[in-house]
Amino acid sequence: MSSDIATSIPREDARQDVARRQWRVFAVQLLGPLTIVGGLVWAVAQPYRIVLLDRDGGGPYDYLFQPPLLVVAVGLVFAFVVAPGLVEDLEVEESDDPAR
Amino acid sequence: MIPRAESAHWLAAAIALFLGLLLIAEVIVGTEVFRRRAWRAYLFPAVVVVSSVGLWVITIFSTFSMMHLLAHALWAQVALIAGAVQLAVVRGKLSRPAWSLVPACALLVSGVAFLVHEQNDWLYSRSAFLHHAIGWVLVVAALFPLGQAVRPRQVVWRTGFALTFVLLAVLLFADRDIAPIFGRYGLGGP
Repeated sequence: MSSDIATSIPREDARQDVARRQWRVFAVQLLGPLTIVGGLVWAVAQPYRIVLLDRDGGGPYDYLFQPPLLVVAVGLVFAFVVAPGLVEDLEVEESDDPAR
Repeated sequence: MIPRAESAHWLAAAIALFLGLLLIAEVIVGTEVFRRRAWRAYLFPAVVVVSSVGLWVITIFSTFSMMHLLAHALWAQVALIAGAVQLAVVRGKLSRPAWSLVPACALLVSGVAFLVHEQNDWLYSRSAFLHHAIGWVLVVAALFPLGQAVRPRQVVWRTGFALTFVLLAVLLFADRDIAPIFGRYGLGGP
């Protein structure tokens, strides 16, 4: 059986799935940079939380654990270690199951 | 040389933030895609277990206060149990949704420990304020894994669980050993 209604619904579903998958890829790619920007904004707002900029009485641990830089580091690790593989796997899922 | 408490809390905040990002990513892509690579599947429970070892180390150095020693030992213990159960879940050894009750208990016990071991009022200092705030956040957040155990398919529980770690990171990053609650705006503290 063939009709416009019967054929157009799956196409619409497929289009929505592709849009949803693209949104997911975009969201995963955005997590790391958003975190990095958060750390940078914090560093600008409170430069005294970074011992490299404000060396008043800083010990070795103050150089090791500087909160805004820790946030940037977490964002970098996520963006370069975790996110690329996730995006790749989302694309593999798409190619494995193109009808979805 | 032992680091100051705030330094240890900032490191814990960074770990919590990383865990939060991992869990948010899992919510976005779905568990099936997230666990396609074994290292990624094991990352969350492994970090929790390693963090519990770190908490044991902190426990060893928390000799200045019996309450702090007991609280850190309790957090280390529940983190170890929750991490081990999560490892077994990822491995496929445990499959029932009821195992989400373990992280729920871990969050509840951690929250209560925060509340009990802080002996000052909310507005005494920033540290006291954050201890109360984190304690209540964890107590309320215990509802998310509890909901996951009862209704495992609803994404709201996993989202809430993930955002709990981000909120925990924000609160821990705000910690200072000695500071008024709202910095230059004052209110409480020395």
